[in-house]
Amino acid sequence: MAKIEFEDIGFDGPDSKGHFGPYGGIFVGETLIAAVEELAEVYAELSKDPAFWEEYNYELKHYVGRPSPLYHAQRLTEHAGGAQIYLKREDLNHTGAHKVNNTIGQALLAKRMGKTRLIAETGAGQHGVASATVAARLGLECHVYMGAEDVVRQAPNVYRMKLLGANVIAVESGSRTLKDAMNEALRDWATNVDDTYYIIGTVAGPHPYPQLVRDFQCIIGRETKEQSLEQIGRLPDALVACVGGGSNAIGMFHPFLKDSDVAMYGVEAGGHGIETNEHAAPLCAGKPGVLHGNRTYLMSDPAGQIMETHSVSAGLDYPGVGPEHSWLKDSKRVNYVSATDKEAMDAFHKLTSLEGIIPALESSHAVAYALQLAAGMSADQHVVINLSGRGDKDIETVARIEGIKL
Amino acid sequence: MSRIQKVCEQAASQSRKLLVPYIVAGDPDTDASLALMHELVVSGADIIELGIPFSDPSSDGPVIQRGVERALAGGTTLADTLQLVARFREQDDSTPIVLMGYLNPIEIMGYEAFVKAALEVGIDGVLTVDMPPAESSTLHTMLRAADIDTIYLVAPTTTPARAKSIVEHSSGYLYYVSLKGVTGAALIDHESVATKIAELRALSALPVMIGFGIKDGPSAAAMAKLADGVIIGSALVERIATLTRGELPTTAQLREITDVIAVARQAIDTLE
Repeated sequence: MAKIEFEDIGFDGPDSKGHFGPYGGIFVGETLIAAVEELAEVYAELSKDPAFWEEYNYELKHYVGRPSPLYHAQRLTEHAGGAQIYLKREDLNHTGAHKVNNTIGQALLAKRMGKTRLIAETGAGQHGVASATVAARLGLECHVYMGAEDVVRQAPNVYRMKLLGANVIAVESGSRTLKDAMNEALRDWATNVDDTYYIIGTVAGPHPYPQLVRDFQCIIGRETKEQSLEQIGRLPDALVACVGGGSNAIGMFHPFLKDSDVAMYGVEAGGHGIETNEHAAPLCAGKPGVLHGNRTYLMSDPAGQIMETHSVSAGLDYPGVGPEHSWLKDSKRVNYVSATDKEAMDAFHKLTSLEGIIPALESSHAVAYALQLAAGMSADQHVVINLSGRGDKDIETVARIEGIKL
Repeated sequence: MSRIQKVCEQAASQSRKLLVPYIVAGDPDTDASLALMHELVVSGADIIELGIPFSDPSSDGPVIQRGVERALAGGTTLADTLQLVARFREQDDSTPIVLMGYLNPIEIMGYEAFVKAALEVGIDGVLTVDMPPAESSTLHTMLRAADIDTIYLVAPTTTPARAKSIVEHSSGYLYYVSLKGVTGAALIDHESVATKIAELRALSALPVMIGFGIKDGPSAAAMAKLADGVIIGSALVERIATLTRGELPTTAQLREITDVIAVARQAIDTLE
């Protein structure tokens, strides 16, 4: 691998107004400004309070089961025939994905703010499940907005949320998917702003969400750093993570941004292929615009309408991306690439059959790219894949695509 | 003097309240919108707010969302919205037009191209729902340089310090959101509206319009008593849903739709 060339932008974003260079900021209707500003103030205070982080770390250890292992995937390494491949096992967290790192943090924040009602948006249902889970754990009311299309596609997760005591609201407006669920959650928040806390599931939304969600996910990268030093005696040569909104990727990357010898690859959903326009890869093929509270790379049509996206993985099926990723893209610190539906499906099978680990279809995108990357590296180099979630939720989708009746 | 200022001063000198209807451009097509705009003026509109269709109207309630979806189904863009105003201006050079919408279509068109076109077609004001003053500096400066008014929302949740900054950025008029929620919601708390309006009056000499949740004669009258004018959107857009794309509305249809404005006009002109 060649030396990484990038612009040193300091990587200390966001500024006090929530900007990551030209990206981020606060782009919401006036009714929500006070709530967003209150959240920014409370978080700025609490994030300096050791007692808050103690409580958060306690939950991560005893409720989520952290630290998650860093696992040397030897058979996958042999198969790729190059660098040593390691998996950061976020799939082993309680609820089966990295999402819970964030919902625990935000629910504790909500509780400190005296909010009694949680709302969340969800695509595949993972963030909805993680939100409903912590709501049950902390005894808070929870309402989850989910596109009507996704309610049908992800029926088991809908039932899971209901079992956990959440109210799942099917959103019929727009394209009836994740972006519309987020619009509806914003409308709910504007209406019930006094007692409601909005748990955003990714590093998008208005400031301070991109910052606070990142901070709650950075546990992934911090553990990886420590575990790498323990297991391989140095930092890895490359990190690979999938990017939808980008919370698992930023959590993995952020603690390494100033380690200039560590290369990073964010893998977007290439869908049917970037050239077909049927994908969810705003960093690879979009341009900057404004959606859901922040300025970032988006998939807009020439008239500025947000385009419908496509990915086999519902968790990556979003037309925007966290603003910090946009900043990291422009600085070239992180390389943003894509993997198609087919490549992700192949990787899903490879990891399952070679290591006995069924990955989420989202994470399979990272596995797909990492296999190519590792093949071009030498055996004394190390690649860490963030295995952001487990694939149990996806087996019906995989079976359907492959024409298998369960 | 801008068209908005002229209309506001004239109304003030006659102790008349202002009536501002909102429709979505291209709902269900731009020919219908053009006919509706002229009919709104006949029915008593002082200023028209024209919504720019956007795929993700996260501050709007279900009625306006559906209006936007109808406009998008007909393919109406920001460029078409500007063109619609150019056509309106062929027959009406005095009624102020305020564009109301979300930032992304403007951002993608490019601020410079947008402001240039807005000036050319005769736009008088711009209200970008998801662009608060803190984020607006470039576009704001360009609009002001083109003598286009910059209108911002003030909400029940707006803090006094923030209201001051919004007022400093505003020209034309102040848009007070009557309730916590999205467009078209119900339950306005009259007392808190009166308090907030008094706070705004202390900060600014600009006319104050109240919007969100005003749907008929009585609600228009109640709010008009507290401010300089009222904005009616959802109640109008709901009626527009009866039109069919590609069929020019008949005079009877136009009258039926704009009747809500005529009724509001009468209600606010006969305040006790």
